[in-house]
Amino acid sequence: MDEQARVLKFQIFRYNPQKKGDKPRMVTYEITEAPGMTIFIALNEIRETQDPSLQFDFVCRAGICGSCAMVINGQPDLACRTLTANFPDGEIKLLPLPGFELIGDLSVNTGKFMRAMSERVESWIHDREADLVNYDELEERMDPDVAEQIYELERCVECGACVSACATKRMRPDFLSAVGFMRLARFALDPRDKRTDEEFYEIMGNDDGVFGCMTLLGCEDYCPKDLPHQTQIAYLRRKMAMIR
Amino acid sequence: MKVIYTDSLVIGGGLAGLRVAIAAMQRGFDTIVLSLIPAKRSHSAAAQGGMQASLGACVKGEGDDEDVHFGDTVKGSDWGCDQDVARMFVNTAPKAIRQLAAWGVPWSRVRGGDREVIINGEKVTITENHEAHGLITARDFGGTKKWRTCFTSDGTGHTMLYAMDNKAIELGIPVHERKEAVALIHEDGVCYGAVVRDLITGELIAYVAKATTIATGGYGRLYSVSTNAVISEGIGTAIALETGVASLGNMEAVQFHPTAIVPVGILTTEGCRGDGGLLLDKDGYRFMPDYEPDKKELASRDVVSRRMTEHMRKGKGVPSPYGDHLWLDITLLGRKHIEKNLREVKEICEYFLGIDPVKEYIPVRPTQHYSMGGVRTNATGESPTLKGLFSAGEAACWDMHGFNRLGGNSVAETVVAGMIVGEFVADYCEKSSLNVSTSTIEHFVKTEEKKIADLLLREYGENPFELKAEMQQIMMDKVGIFRNGPHLEQAVEELQVLNQRARSIALRNRISSANPELVEAIRVPKMIKLALCVAYGAMLRTESRGAHAREDYPERNDRDWLKRTLTTWPDDSADLPEVSYEDLDVMKMEMPPGSRGYGVDNTIHHPDTEKRIAEIEEIKKAHPRADRFELQQLLNPTPIPEKFKGKNERIGRGYK
Ligand SMILES: Cc1cc2nc3c(=O)[nH]c(=O)nc-3n(C[C@H](O)[C@H](O)[C@H](O)COP(=O)(O)OP(=O)(O)OC[C@H]3O[C@@H](n4cnc5c(N)ncnc54)[C@H](O)[C@@H]3O)c2cc1C
Ligand code: SF4
Ligand code: FES
Repeated sequence: MDEQARVLKFQIFRYNPQKKGDKPRMVTYEITEAPGMTIFIALNEIRETQDPSLQFDFVCRAGICGSCAMVINGQPDLACRTLTANFPDGEIKLLPLPGFELIGDLSVNTGKFMRAMSERVESWIHDREADLVNYDELEERMDPDVAEQIYELERCVECGACVSACATKRMRPDFLSAVGFMRLARFALDPRDKRTDEEFYEIMGNDDGVFGCMTLLGCEDYCPKDLPHQTQIAYLRRKMAMIR
Repeated sequence: MKVIYTDSLVIGGGLAGLRVAIAAMQRGFDTIVLSLIPAKRSHSAAAQGGMQASLGACVKGEGDDEDVHFGDTVKGSDWGCDQDVARMFVNTAPKAIRQLAAWGVPWSRVRGGDREVIINGEKVTITENHEAHGLITARDFGGTKKWRTCFTSDGTGHTMLYAMDNKAIELGIPVHERKEAVALIHEDGVCYGAVVRDLITGELIAYVAKATTIATGGYGRLYSVSTNAVISEGIGTAIALETGVASLGNMEAVQFHPTAIVPVGILTTEGCRGDGGLLLDKDGYRFMPDYEPDKKELASRDVVSRRMTEHMRKGKGVPSPYGDHLWLDITLLGRKHIEKNLREVKEICEYFLGIDPVKEYIPVRPTQHYSMGGVRTNATGESPTLKGLFSAGEAACWDMHGFNRLGGNSVAETVVAGMIVGEFVADYCEKSSLNVSTSTIEHFVKTEEKKIADLLLREYGENPFELKAEMQQIMMDKVGIFRNGPHLEQAVEELQVLNQRARSIALRNRISSANPELVEAIRVPKMIKLALCVAYGAMLRTESRGAHAREDYPERNDRDWLKRTLTTWPDDSADLPEVSYEDLDVMKMEMPPGSRGYGVDNTIHHPDTEKRIAEIEEIKKAHPRADRFELQQLLNPTPIPEKFKGKNERIGRGYK
């Protein structure tokens, strides 16, 4: 056996709201570290060999789908791409992402939140003509730079890290949050979306919208896709202030 | 008993499922989508590389059209595909991509003027036409004659899935998340929906529908190392099999992608090689040109994966604690290109390997990647044996990929099949009425209830996690890239034993609500059945075709094997599926079997091949003035829905 293998100590939040009488608590698990081990690998090992009731969410296990955000030693991050080697003392504390409905243990209902967000910001191209387009014809042209800029804002994976790290959201439950602003910025930039500034104002021109942001920028610090929250929120604010 | 009624039930919220749902909704039918997870997290999001559609706007795509795309697809399939379906697909792909552009995908666009690219390891300047500026551009991918793979920087699947789900939200299509279909409801050869388990509360719900569509993705997780998401376990395919009525097609056709990172199996996209990346061995030597002087690194996937394995077997692999691997070198593409068009690859290298691919080589090895097999359907997407059951996307064997699918043809299939099958689903909803009795519904719900109750009561028995791991190891070791009779026979025997053992699974955590061990216990017996279909089909197929490579039968044998494998599982107490075959009719092929142009051609030909070639010549001679559209009609009339029949416009060429 590898002599250098350490024993990792995981402290994991446990609570199953479906189970009568269950109470929130922290439980400690120990496992032997393997080379290249991620929190994804570690949690599966704990589930398979120690506690088959442990709940968590992984889908792509490659940092692409946004399923697995949780609070890792105090910081929200994607668990699947976090290597256990990053923690020198071998102690890893895992909590579910705050700000979302808890499903059980480390699993939270980001899906429900994100669908509601998409409905609220009307996260689609608004164009009355769109359904009349004849798809046999050449597509409408788009400036290559504009296409790239839109993509840069569309890289959000709806992981919820920004929402959990937002101080305003903690005080205002209906605050739209960075993920919603980023989505709006993406559509505001898109020439295919024909919404006017006034229409965008209807969605975000209030204190649950972009005027409520206290610019503490937890979103920018913890977004695993490094989206430019600071500049985009500032941009939306300026744009909306002109309407006010 | 909770029962939910709808017209069109779609199981799966990936690209294919959502597109089918949109089609039915737009035609005015009530639609519900079921998904294990939020739709936007479906595995479609992971496609980084691109989508094939013959737009021919970039300069290296000039001269491309449906016919060239058709030729590449049929060749790529090693003549195993259904040519009607391949035809419908190539003709519709340009419309699908343009529709997605209108729905919000920020496809990367042509930039008129000079740009530097890497081709065959060398820097080359190409000049894009100014007339094409702003149209959708494309990159090079394996097995294609033209640059045809359209993309969005490094996030094609992500942007496609987001646009598709956003469209579904706009239309108000409900997606019931964290729900797992565990059985289909059917009677007298007609399907009426599914029994569904709520993954949070554990409740069983009957979703009763006129049309049911399985769009649950692939079954890559039958293997211990796979590029697929951890939820790609083939459960949708398995519940079709468990009806005993619906059949699965070509389950043994499993694709291995050349470049997944070692050891975890996360994919680095084919775009790496498409954009000029090279494969190197332990001496830093570029070996692919020695094996495939023409297409080199960009030969078809199955070919590159085999060549890499051969080269490692010659002792040229790089040794590592996780076994041998080779190198993928993208350093020659430069920082700017990597950070823009291959950023996801860079992130994966940084996070999972701790290396910078701008400066260092990436350790790669061929890894399970795609399931060509799946629920067998007609060209309309409907099961030939179970009416009202449809399937689309990776879950289906609609059969445009035959024994090997081309990179970029899969996300393209999801949206094109979604459009076409979606229309047939709507037609079916229009003309059929729901006449299923409550007692039938109850019977199916009760059966599943009983299975779960048994699991929760059993005190001692098998551990589902262990059974799964054993199955995955058998598939890895014995049903892999190169296959042979003795190994396949062993695999089948061992899987049969697992199938027996899976009948006595016992749980440590015996609660019926949210319970990952129970989820596993429900899935593992289904997965073992699928594994048996793959292994048994592979054992019986004594030839090599596409991704199915038999060391003991290295030649493609059209004479005996130009046919599709069909598996059914009529007897639940059996340990093997029933296998039958469906001939591919050479006399109806638009493109009769020929050589793919890799290595030596040792094909054993079909007696009809010569005849059909001659017949096609005759038809061409008899219609000297027929243009390519008229000829296609003569050679291969296809059932494309009226909506999608129009010709496709291309820059500099119009509708020709
Ligand atoms: C890493 C990677 C990269 C790829 N890159 C490319 C590429 O560049 N180009 C290309 O063309 N192809 C690519 N592919 C292939 C392509 O992405 C997939 O084949 C395609 O996206 C599959 O889409 P789908 O809609 O069929 O299924 P998926 O997107 O896998 O969706 C399946 C859906 O079914 C649901 N589901 C599953 N089982 C059940 C159940 N029992 N009950 C209820 N719901 C269920 C899931 O929740 C999910 O919503 C790639 C694949 C991988 C793995
Ligand atoms: S903006 Fe960043 S942190 Fe917020 S949901 Fe999207 S990816 Fe996650
Ligand atoms: S599992 Fe997909 S991002 Fe972590």
